[in-house]
Amino acid sequence: MAGMGKTKHSRIHIVKREALPWYYRVGVRALAIVAALIVTAVVIMLLTHKNPIQVYISMLKGAFGTELRIWSLLQNIAILLCISLAVTPAFKMRFWNCGAEGQVLVGCLATTAVMMFLGDSLPLPLLWTVMLIAAVGAGIVWALLPAVTKSLWNTNETLFTLMMNYVATQLVAFFLKTFVKNGSGVLPPMPEYGLPRLLNKDYLLNIVIVVVLTVLVYIYLKYTKQGYEIAVVGESENTARYIGINVRKVVIRTLVVSGALCGVAGLLLVGGTNHTISTTTVDGRGFTAIMVSWLAKFDPLYMVLTTFLIVFLDRGTQQVATDFRMPNALSDIVTGIILLFIIGCEFFLQYKIVSAKAGKENA
Amino acid sequence: MKKILALLLALVMVLGLAACGGNTDDEPELLGMSASPIDAVELTVDYTVPEDFKIGFICLHSEESTYDLNFLNAVEKIKTAANLKDEQVIVKTDIPEGNECYVAAKDLADAGCDIVFANSFGHEDFMIKAAKEFPNVQFCHATGTKAHTEGVANYHNAFASIYQGRYLAGVAAGLKLNEMIAAGKFTAEEAKIGYVGAFTYAEVISGYTSFYLGAKSVCPTVTMEVQFTGSWYDATEEKNAAEALIARNCKLISQHADSMGAPSSCENAGVPNVSYNGSTYESCPETFIVSSAINWAPYYNYIIKSVVNGTEIAADWCGGIAEGSVVLTGINQDVAAKGTLDTLKATVAKLKDGTLKVFDTTTFTVKGAAVTEELMADVDTDAAYTADTKIVSDGAYNESKFRSAPYFDLRIDGITLLNEKY
Repeated sequence: MAGMGKTKHSRIHIVKREALPWYYRVGVRALAIVAALIVTAVVIMLLTHKNPIQVYISMLKGAFGTELRIWSLLQNIAILLCISLAVTPAFKMRFWNCGAEGQVLVGCLATTAVMMFLGDSLPLPLLWTVMLIAAVGAGIVWALLPAVTKSLWNTNETLFTLMMNYVATQLVAFFLKTFVKNGSGVLPPMPEYGLPRLLNKDYLLNIVIVVVLTVLVYIYLKYTKQGYEIAVVGESENTARYIGINVRKVVIRTLVVSGALCGVAGLLLVGGTNHTISTTTVDGRGFTAIMVSWLAKFDPLYMVLTTFLIVFLDRGTQQVATDFRMPNALSDIVTGIILLFIIGCEFFLQYKIVSAKAGKENA
Repeated sequence: MKKILALLLALVMVLGLAACGGNTDDEPELLGMSASPIDAVELTVDYTVPEDFKIGFICLHSEESTYDLNFLNAVEKIKTAANLKDEQVIVKTDIPEGNECYVAAKDLADAGCDIVFANSFGHEDFMIKAAKEFPNVQFCHATGTKAHTEGVANYHNAFASIYQGRYLAGVAAGLKLNEMIAAGKFTAEEAKIGYVGAFTYAEVISGYTSFYLGAKSVCPTVTMEVQFTGSWYDATEEKNAAEALIARNCKLISQHADSMGAPSSCENAGVPNVSYNGSTYESCPETFIVSSAINWAPYYNYIIKSVVNGTEIAADWCGGIAEGSVVLTGINQDVAAKGTLDTLKATVAKLKDGTLKVFDTTTFTVKGAAVTEELMADVDTDAAYTADTKIVSDGAYNESKFRSAPYFDLRIDGITLLNEKY
């Protein structure tokens, strides 16, 4: 704080760029990914002393090596994409919903509870309906609490949604402690109450549902009045008020949509895939989804690409870790490096750095 | 302010030097580790593994956990003994006890593994689920309880009669207590062991009870307190539990949980520790006495041999001292009581020839009464944990006889449970 009194001119300035032509933007992003892959290869080479080509082959094998792995890749994309779709309306509205993790988890918990306690007594189609209602309801409640207090008393939604995540995790832990009494507190899977399998494929139903949701959310955000209101509230609440939008109503309505989609993700995760629950069922995807959504600039179609990239990296590097007997942290390191490059290139697509002299001339 | 700081710094340096100077002269000669009281059993590989054979391993944690390290060390042993190439052995670490295990097991089977092995209790349901989908792949699971009732032909459980190893470790603990009593450090009535357990669950109860019975066989006045952490691996909780037990005047600590939490707090407090899963001598040279462990290499050898020769793998397999499944580390001669090695060797011989039974019903009571042959235990897993099998005969509780995983869950007199965690 010593320099406060003096005015100092920094040597460099950050200046916002004019809009760049599309091929330039695409080119820069492609270059960033290539550069990231090269840096990753160097890091892995230094750690494993293996030929980087082998490392890439191993990554590709991990993601696409067998039919099972391709299904698994698609299934992981579907779940992460579903959660990303869920957080998108809220983020587009500049409502920092960091609670997707918890909202999905309570969706999972509600689904599990219905499967466990009503599985015996309801016919399957009715059971699935109850599972859907319970999961969506739980997700909505978890999203609605922070939204209502935000609209009424202007509470901080980031803190509130984050705290709700912990409550959800502890609820699941409590549920498992209460109802599962064996050595590890593991709830045995209940595939008999799972969602139906399309064409006898494990994950096809999940994938189809998420494809439909992606299109719906895209239309909702781009072509409906409600979607437009979300965009306006996100740009400026005052403008929204000025043109007669009821901001409170929009905030609450959007969070209902967000929570409901999280609930669906929970349903797909438990009802369609795991058939059981643990405190780590969501596995951080509620947070990864924020990144996916943000990288895609809240565009659901572009999000398919960003989800694919993140899931591919995750599956691929896990295979590298297995093949070369590396700790699984390798996967996080690599994903981190690649994201750093991508986020970095987004920055340089929007801004440029000019030296003080050049800056003056421009001004 | 500066002056005070300078003064403090000077003081620290002087004291530091003094401390260093004091230590150099009378550093005692360390005796180090002895050989193990149990003679090593060589792996006999009398079969040839085909080129296209593959085996996959699923581990709950990685090398940082003593429990998983023990499995991984055995993987290396069998790899060398059976001459397996790198690509024939696939290891997946850090696989949680959830759907992740099912995904990993399926992925291994799909990648061409002939055998898929998982090492944690909570993996069981997910292994069974995968086993049903890949009937031509053998799924072997350590510590599980369901193979003998599930009726899935390619799903198998395995364990070891580790209670024998615990008993031996208990004898070493009892001898140490006797030595401290003789040295006048505390009275015979004050001889109390502290035990850090993971869950209030048969595997743990069987472990600490056999450990206690071993200690009691040489130190009749010993009592024990058990503190549960509710987790198989939680370094902080295990450290806290060990410290709490030490604060309650426990003179010696042992544990059945997988982090370095308990051994390292013993080292800090200077309290002797009997370890599990493997030696903690390197980190705790001043307090480590001995450790019992399961050596999984004989089981790996058995399942690989069965698959190569096309013979059935037993639904339940329980290795003992003779198979080389139950092992002890060497004894830390700087901490253990004198003569420990010889006493343990004699005890090993008696356990081997059957003259000594760990759960001899004349050596313990439950609520003041000895157990009878009418006693039943929950051997066949069900939701209500009903006792279904008579397990006492010939004056002993027959642990691991009706299935490989332990089922001894009696609360015997002399052991106090400070809490319960399921």
